[in-house]
Amino acid sequence: MNKNFNFSTSFRNSQLVKGVVEEIKRITTKPWTIMEICGGQTHAIMQYGIDQILPKELELVHGPGCPVCVTPLDQIDRAHAIAAQTNVIFCTFGDMLRVPGSSTDLFSLKAHGAQIKVVYSPIDAVKIAQENPDKQIVFFAIGFETTIPANASSIIQAKAFGLRNFSILVSQVCVPPAMEAILSSPSNRVQAFLAAGHVCAVMGYWQYHPISQKYQVPIVVTGFEPLDLLQGILKAIRQLESGTHIVENAYQRAVSEKGNQAAQEIINRVFEPCDRNWRGIGTIPFSGMGLRSEFDEFNAEHRFNVEHIKTQESEICIAGQILQGLKKPYQCPAFGNVCVPTNPLGAPMVSSEGACSAYYRFSLNREEI
Amino acid sequence: MENTSQISFDGASCPIPLPHNKTIVMGHGSGGKMTEDLIKQVFQKHFSNPFLNAGNDFALLPMQGNDLQLSVSTDAHIIFPLTFPGGDIGRLAICGTVNDMSMSGATPLYITASFILEEGLEINLLEKIVISMKEAALEAGVTIVAGDTKVVEKGKGDGIFISTTGIARLTRQVQINGSNAHPGDVVIISGTIGDHGIAVLDARGDLGIKTNIESDVAPLNHLISEILEVAPETHVLRDPTRGGLATTLNEIAKQSKVGIIIHEEKIPVLQAVKSACELLGFDPLYIANEGKLIVIAPENKRNAIISKMQNSKYGKNAIVIGEIIEKNPGRVILKTEIGTSRIVDVMAGEMLPRIC
Repeated sequence: MNKNFNFSTSFRNSQLVKGVVEEIKRITTKPWTIMEICGGQTHAIMQYGIDQILPKELELVHGPGCPVCVTPLDQIDRAHAIAAQTNVIFCTFGDMLRVPGSSTDLFSLKAHGAQIKVVYSPIDAVKIAQENPDKQIVFFAIGFETTIPANASSIIQAKAFGLRNFSILVSQVCVPPAMEAILSSPSNRVQAFLAAGHVCAVMGYWQYHPISQKYQVPIVVTGFEPLDLLQGILKAIRQLESGTHIVENAYQRAVSEKGNQAAQEIINRVFEPCDRNWRGIGTIPFSGMGLRSEFDEFNAEHRFNVEHIKTQESEICIAGQILQGLKKPYQCPAFGNVCVPTNPLGAPMVSSEGACSAYYRFSLNREEI
Repeated sequence: MENTSQISFDGASCPIPLPHNKTIVMGHGSGGKMTEDLIKQVFQKHFSNPFLNAGNDFALLPMQGNDLQLSVSTDAHIIFPLTFPGGDIGRLAICGTVNDMSMSGATPLYITASFILEEGLEINLLEKIVISMKEAALEAGVTIVAGDTKVVEKGKGDGIFISTTGIARLTRQVQINGSNAHPGDVVIISGTIGDHGIAVLDARGDLGIKTNIESDVAPLNHLISEILEVAPETHVLRDPTRGGLATTLNEIAKQSKVGIIIHEEKIPVLQAVKSACELLGFDPLYIANEGKLIVIAPENKRNAIISKMQNSKYGKNAIVIGEIIEKNPGRVILKTEIGTSRIVDVMAGEMLPRIC
């Protein structure tokens, strides 16, 4: 590749963008509903105003691909119960600090003296465990297939170092079972998917062929720059308009059919599929990745005996329908008035990848512009 | 994956909100919406007066029987690490206060400094910071005229906290403040945004990446007096510190009751800052600067101002990034590189790195 090639400008070239938008307009004859799986894609769409330049017939709905939003309330309450303990240094990605549990959030616990550290990688948490042998270090292992390999590496490192003061609170989820859950729901409106580019960079897209065939939906692996997204949308519409339904790759510079096999191998060495509750969606069989029994010593739920914590969510906002693509954030009566990023009612308003936060930041009162 | 028939949809679900109005959390110090709310709900409620309520970084105090006005500003400085590429807490403490009082168009004269030192701080390091303050004061042309020192027990401070107060003299017949932006004005930025915030984050060593980005911390008073020589009718001067360019422009849009349009492709951002932000999920528009200046002035002065700024070492990359409009009062609108528009809001609380 040309070493002067600049990703951040070449994939945002307004002339090229115009060309693809024209082509999308030319071939679109009917209304179509396409779901972008990943919260990062939702943000890029809102950040660049891509929805403004697409034909009116096209509706983009966002999927459940925000790791913060889908982490269930009882797992957040368990995290808070562990983080509040005096001997614990609780390590987490920054996004989780603001997510409210049933009575508190990590920001408040920190203000009351809990030791909470924002880390950029679980490997940093392993380092903290080595440096603080008299403390218990717990890492909040949330996320999709993109973050699971690093979580797995942290366990393998901790085991190799013989660390007895490191554990992880697991709430990991996988994309394909969630896509099946959406497609098999009686209220489903999604006619094609933009698959999450970064998830596919790790996992490949071999898992998607059976879904595409069974439910007869086009699935296009899609990246995050404006041109990437438009290419993905173009390919999806071509399929919808011609009645085909295959898996296509519109993010070839990062994704291959088989994905990153070393990463998949390390995931499977440490974790195994399990049932998992998704906030706002419910339990999806085999949609989670839990620790294998031989790594049970690193399971924070067991070490801190928090498994018994079960929480019922109260029904205030429509986060559930938003995460399933049934509703848009602005269709929620709370959106933008009582529910804002400083005072979130629901998880999608909290995370920087959440759909409501994307809508709030980038398009509130867009009609005024 | 044949078990999909068992899936039950819970439907709507949401926890009770946490307003953070009982305890101080880190977000209250971010310079964004939470800081604004705290100031309104606690400080302005009890301290309310016309000087404070003007909402500027400085207070303009009239002197009896004199055309002269005093511009007064105060600032507390906390930063980890104490030294970082391009500066340290000492340079920051002087420049921060020099810049705040200069934003009225005044000439900074005197500074006072209080030091809260933590038990265990190395005196060598303290001296290094004090020398850095001396040099910054020399560069800005201000004199440090009074000071105070307190020591707290180990664990009760972060090495050193510095609080500075400055006095400046305003003789010019200028009317420069945040509520003075007029439709038709141009919006100028003095150079690349986000350098300071990313340099400090990187110096903490937990980004896992190594950049060569240096903080832009610098006194802006000389640049300002050069601008005012050619354009005394300048309407607004503001340094986009905490909360970044986005938050500062929002403040101006609200104070002046105007709309502000900025053009994404014009906003200067170093490639390294851009890349670091994309990796971490940050937006350069919200990253702190300590040596950048926003100038809002009549369109017919744009060329004179830009050429003055570009000739100064503090404004080499000065460029027009936008304009003031009548429509959409209180809002900042960004025209994206691909030709669409979006609202740029203030930062909510603390900026948090994303997960993936």
